[in-house]
Amino acid sequence: MTLKTFGLDQFGFLLFSLQWTILLTVIALIGGGLLGFAVALARTSQLKPVRIAAATYIQIIQGIPVLMILFLSYYGLSLAGFELPPLFAAGASMTVYASGYLAEIWRGSIQAVPKQQWEASESLAMTRLQQYRYVILPQAMRISLPPTVGFAVQVVKNTSITSIIGFVELARAGQLINNATFQPFRVFLAVAALYFVVCYPLSQLSRLLERRLHAGSSR
Amino acid sequence: MPEVVVENVHKSFGALEVLKGVSLSVGRGEVFALIGRSGSGKSTLLRCMNGLEKINSGKIEIAGHALGGDAKALRKLRTDVGIVFQSYNLFPHLTVGENIMLAPRIVKDVAKTKAREVAREVLHLVGLSEKFDSYPDQLSGGQQQRVAIARSLAMRPKVMLFDEVTSALDPELTEEVLTVMENLARDGMTMILVTHEMGFARRVATQTIFMHKGRIWEQGPSAALFADPETPELRQFVKSDVK
Amino acid sequence: MSYTFQFGVLAQYQDQILSGIWLTIKISVLSIILGCAAGIGLASVRSIWGGAVRFLVDAYVEIIRNTPFLVQLFIVYFGLPGLGLRVGADTAALIGMTINLAAYSTEIIRAGIEAVHKSQIEAGEALGFTRFQIYRHVIIVPAIAKVYPALCSQFVLMMLASSICSAISTQELAASAAFVESQTYRSFEIYIAVTLIYLVLALALRAVLAVVGMWLFGRRVARRTMTALPEVQA
Ligand SMILES: Nc1ncnc2c1ncn2[C@@H]1O[C@H](COP(=O)(O)OP(=O)(O)OP(=O)(O)O)[C@@H](O)[C@H]1O
Ligand SMILES: [Mg+2]
Repeated sequence: MTLKTFGLDQFGFLLFSLQWTILLTVIALIGGGLLGFAVALARTSQLKPVRIAAATYIQIIQGIPVLMILFLSYYGLSLAGFELPPLFAAGASMTVYASGYLAEIWRGSIQAVPKQQWEASESLAMTRLQQYRYVILPQAMRISLPPTVGFAVQVVKNTSITSIIGFVELARAGQLINNATFQPFRVFLAVAALYFVVCYPLSQLSRLLERRLHAGSSR
Repeated sequence: MPEVVVENVHKSFGALEVLKGVSLSVGRGEVFALIGRSGSGKSTLLRCMNGLEKINSGKIEIAGHALGGDAKALRKLRTDVGIVFQSYNLFPHLTVGENIMLAPRIVKDVAKTKAREVAREVLHLVGLSEKFDSYPDQLSGGQQQRVAIARSLAMRPKVMLFDEVTSALDPELTEEVLTVMENLARDGMTMILVTHEMGFARRVATQTIFMHKGRIWEQGPSAALFADPETPELRQFVKSDVK
Repeated sequence: MSYTFQFGVLAQYQDQILSGIWLTIKISVLSIILGCAAGIGLASVRSIWGGAVRFLVDAYVEIIRNTPFLVQLFIVYFGLPGLGLRVGADTAALIGMTINLAAYSTEIIRAGIEAVHKSQIEAGEALGFTRFQIYRHVIIVPAIAKVYPALCSQFVLMMLASSICSAISTQELAASAAFVESQTYRSFEIYIAVTLIYLVLALALRAVLAVVGMWLFGRRVARRTMTALPEVQA
């Protein structure tokens, strides 16, 4: 690269790379959401072995660094014979990471629905699936919204770790520009500012939802 | 053929035996009141009747279904047996109408227009026609409880179980719920109700059962039972309740 | 699979791994002590002084919590020298971790302080406590006891996040893993082994924190510490 000083072009490159950060976040939330939802259901299953397996999965994911999940996905995928671009390892690792945390958030939300709701719907002859679908999950969803949005902030920030395997998202773009301009203070402040612009509104939204949940009705 | 038959039912929670051999038989259209001290096993007996609690031994037959089959058989039983709880337990995310229509729609596959018709009818029965589109948290406790009753009725049950449905309510609100139940009884619904409303039990119930320490201590036609208790325990209970 | 796992080769790099573990423990423990102390201080001055101080503390907390730890490390390690402050990789890691953890601790303790009831403070006044005594015994200590499990979860997360310091060449555990990987090319084995080490470290740290919690606040808090999973705060 022939960048000399941190100017508009460089800032443009940062903005461009921010798209990858956001894409990665979206992948993590969708992939991790699906996987995490399955784990959350397993965690609240009636079968004890299933519950224990899900709990173990959550404990492990929450007990190891995101960086290790990233390396294991990166080297694991290539070891399995896939020559894939870093986006795949990045996406896979962020998915696994997000699933472990979302599963726990959603387990908490499902269990926060009063047990009488289970009894009332059971007494109306609903199957367990119908109970989840029509009675429990709609209520759990409301409860889970504030912490889920809060967790999205963590995901946005943690996608920066994928820069370590060379995936060019916002943090990596900052490093590249810094390597060419040698203006680390400016460059990384600009990078931090961009992250802030994405994360801060999400944090505030999460707080707002939290307040509304506690203040408002149960709908 | 009685609508409800309970034979020598035993139920324990861990080491605690809550039901120690309970037997009773309720004919079609009869109203049974279950009274007794806190912890005597009234709720547990009621919950055993629709399979919310599993019994350890004994036999229960209700509305032509025997308890103890697989999940599917249990659901079949539950479509014929309604239960209403002390804490209403309406679905807070659904309107009154949706609360009532949900189970008929998804459990009995009733068409939407038909389900709506049924919902309006049962709401009218409990005197809340105008609340169809309200949410539960916009209603008083008494109204919520009446909706809960309507929700059960919408399944067209053959037997209704009530567990202290007025205990959380103020006196006036209690009255409106009791009126609904009295109308149901008059219309011939088979009902078993756990209650602390002795006056109501005496007036509406055909039979009253006094439970004590996990057993049926005394049983008889309500008027006679209250007028002339045989056991000292019931005498004590009736006296302490009048206050 | 045609690939055969060879964990044996890792044995000869025991020393690197051990020194990595040691540095991870060192910077984690130090940053936990410093970050927690700073958090107590900041949460206190914020609630006592209010006004501009509160605004500055809140701004600091929000800025740190809404930007990635990695970028904070870059600013400390690559940015500070430009301002005439040259720091080594280990020091930069410690500074970065402390700054980060201080912000989270402040936020958690703030929530604890706000949960203390006015009536308790009035009770303290009625007992003739001085303002400092009230602050210490009626507000801060109960507040920290209340949020101790959440605080500990954050400490564990910080220990795990210390692996990110390898990106600024701090030779902690993740960096020693990368080193061994570059020597042996047994990538998968080394990262599995190191992941397990982190898992053990996380469990051990939680156990130590539970013991500390027992010593400071009693059995109930200790039990909650063991079972608490990281809370996700917005
Ligand atoms: N799920 C349970 N697990 C353990 N013990 C239980 C459970 N449900 C009820 N019990 C116990 O069984 C006994 C009978 O309880 P039950 O609720 O049937 O009493 P009750 O007659 O309905 O009393 P109340 O008038 O207070 O409602 C009590 O000692 C209660 O503590
Ligand atoms: Mg009861």
